[in-house]
Amino acid sequence: MSTTSGPGAKDQVARLLTLVPFLHSHGSARLEDAARTLGIPPEQVLADLKVLLMCGLPGGYPDDLIDVDLDALEGPDGLASDGVIRVTNADYLARPLRLTPTEATAIIVALRALRESAGAETREIVDRALAKLEAAAAGGPPVPHVDPGAPPGGVDLLRLESDLRRAADERRQVRLTYYVPSRDEQSERVVDPRGIVSAHGFTYLDAWCHSAEAPRLFRLDRIADATVLDSAIATEPAAPREVGETGLFPRSPESTVVTLELDPAARWVVEYYPVDAVRSRRGGRLEVDLVVANERWLQRLLLRLSPHVRVVAPGEYADALSETARRTLSLYT
Amino acid sequence: MTVRKSERLLNLLIMLLVQRHYVAKDRIREILYPAMSDDAFEKMFERDKEELRSLGVPIEVGSMDAYFDDEPGYRVRPDRLALPDISLTSDEAAVIGLATRVWQHARLADATSEAVRKLSALGVPIDETALDIAEPRLSADEPSFDVFWEAIQERVPVAFDYRRSGATRTSTRHLQPWGVVRYSGRWYVVGHDVDRGEERVFRLSRIQGEARRDGKPGSYEIPAGTDVRATALRLARPPATGEAVLLVRSGAGLALRRDATAVDTDVAGPDTATGWDRVRVQRAEDEVADEVLAHGDAVYVESPTTVRDEVVRRLRATVGAAS
Repeated sequence: MSTTSGPGAKDQVARLLTLVPFLHSHGSARLEDAARTLGIPPEQVLADLKVLLMCGLPGGYPDDLIDVDLDALEGPDGLASDGVIRVTNADYLARPLRLTPTEATAIIVALRALRESAGAETREIVDRALAKLEAAAAGGPPVPHVDPGAPPGGVDLLRLESDLRRAADERRQVRLTYYVPSRDEQSERVVDPRGIVSAHGFTYLDAWCHSAEAPRLFRLDRIADATVLDSAIATEPAAPREVGETGLFPRSPESTVVTLELDPAARWVVEYYPVDAVRSRRGGRLEVDLVVANERWLQRLLLRLSPHVRVVAPGEYADALSETARRTLSLYT
Repeated sequence: MTVRKSERLLNLLIMLLVQRHYVAKDRIREILYPAMSDDAFEKMFERDKEELRSLGVPIEVGSMDAYFDDEPGYRVRPDRLALPDISLTSDEAAVIGLATRVWQHARLADATSEAVRKLSALGVPIDETALDIAEPRLSADEPSFDVFWEAIQERVPVAFDYRRSGATRTSTRHLQPWGVVRYSGRWYVVGHDVDRGEERVFRLSRIQGEARRDGKPGSYEIPAGTDVRATALRLARPPATGEAVLLVRSGAGLALRRDATAVDTDVAGPDTATGWDRVRVQRAEDEVADEVLAHGDAVYVESPTTVRDEVVRRLRATVGAAS
């Protein structure tokens, strides 16, 4: 073992400065209860307590030392986690440390986020807890301006997310009614949920879709209805995918590459969709090679961007775009 | 050894905590760092103080003697060390328990858990299962988020390269950040733009590369009464929403129908190829044309005329470009 740094000693002291007040406020506690409440493994609690045996007032007399009763813990069969621990002669460590500025801010912002999504009754409880924490933080550095805002998409979406998360944890199937924008269709399907992922400010359910017989991502705000079923999932459990910048739109054998010229107003496309190449053009325009898995999706995107986009190749997509534009225009004239 | 060092750190803390006056450095050395060379003692004592401080232990340095300030002494004031008495009721403790699951950001999730551990050491059992509440998740994937989080706490100016929406080029901006605010799932920073001499708001996801600290802590003051949300909303000018009246072909426009405030079925439409329904929706005025255009000839705008004119103009431009 080294006599130098490493986070070991510091972390151990941090744990003890929580463990001692905990035992002090409870009088005594069962090892497993202390371990669970503080989120520390029982073996670690025992190791931490042993440090205390050599700590205390600077006099050096036996009476000066903190008194730690560990007898109940070490039975003939090893660690007795239902053994009771007790610490005395440590009144000066009766209270936990103040929250550090980062801790105070992190928990206060987390509670503000909870407040935004709580109903009236719970909101009142959150307000009380927040008031107490903010009062406790007073005197220290001011809590900075960090405003988590309302949950994107509202509380209903949050409920849906909670339900889907729970279904994934419990490995239960879900029946989804899902809106597919590229087909402007709503369809029903049964999926094996894997987890919730987010990217580009949207939240998705990653699941095995039994209709597509493939993994699919479902944008939560396009789920019209979700019912958690009693049936267990029928595929191997899997962790949700890591959704990177391009991971949202995995390339499939059917995908094609379409070359577009984008005006500045349409540049955002390269931030949202997978592109193979981006070439700068005069006037802030970009020429991009966009990966397209679905032609109807492409047509909707081109219409939405018009007239700030031109199809360079293949020509058939340019023709389809102008044909649809002409047909639509004729409705107005 | 870790155990030895833990003992030493804890004994140092206790020693400084239980004395009413400053404790002389010599006495600290005699008791806790015996048989060490001057050099080794200085190094180890410095490091130990730093580690305790980083845990949040406020070690004060003062003079032992009011008349001769040659000998430094150290102390820890109990009232500045300990968490004030926060008597939480069990329902308050329950919502605090939920807070540990909100952050989807490793460092802040750890900080929240540590805060909750300290609060549970006060004696109120924190029960995380007692409440039925939709649990929000706070993510902060933007690489510059941590830089701004710390800069706001320490009041450190930040420099970064920024590309405005639709702009082609990035420009380097210098900001005294006041606060960060999340809107529609994205984080924004609000502050005083040093180059422009005005308050400004920036979307973190549009920052190119890394944001850099650009000055000393405490370099500026955050104006009293700053409301970052109100400032962000005022500066970002989120689009006004209004009612759009659309004619939608039977069976099409599901997303529009889902959000509709009213639907009249089987109304007269611009052609007779299919049936038409009149769908009324509330939409951001500068986005509704995009959504309508995406539907091609399945959606027709009745009002407002501004949106109708925009759709027609954009379709003409598209047709014109092709011919």
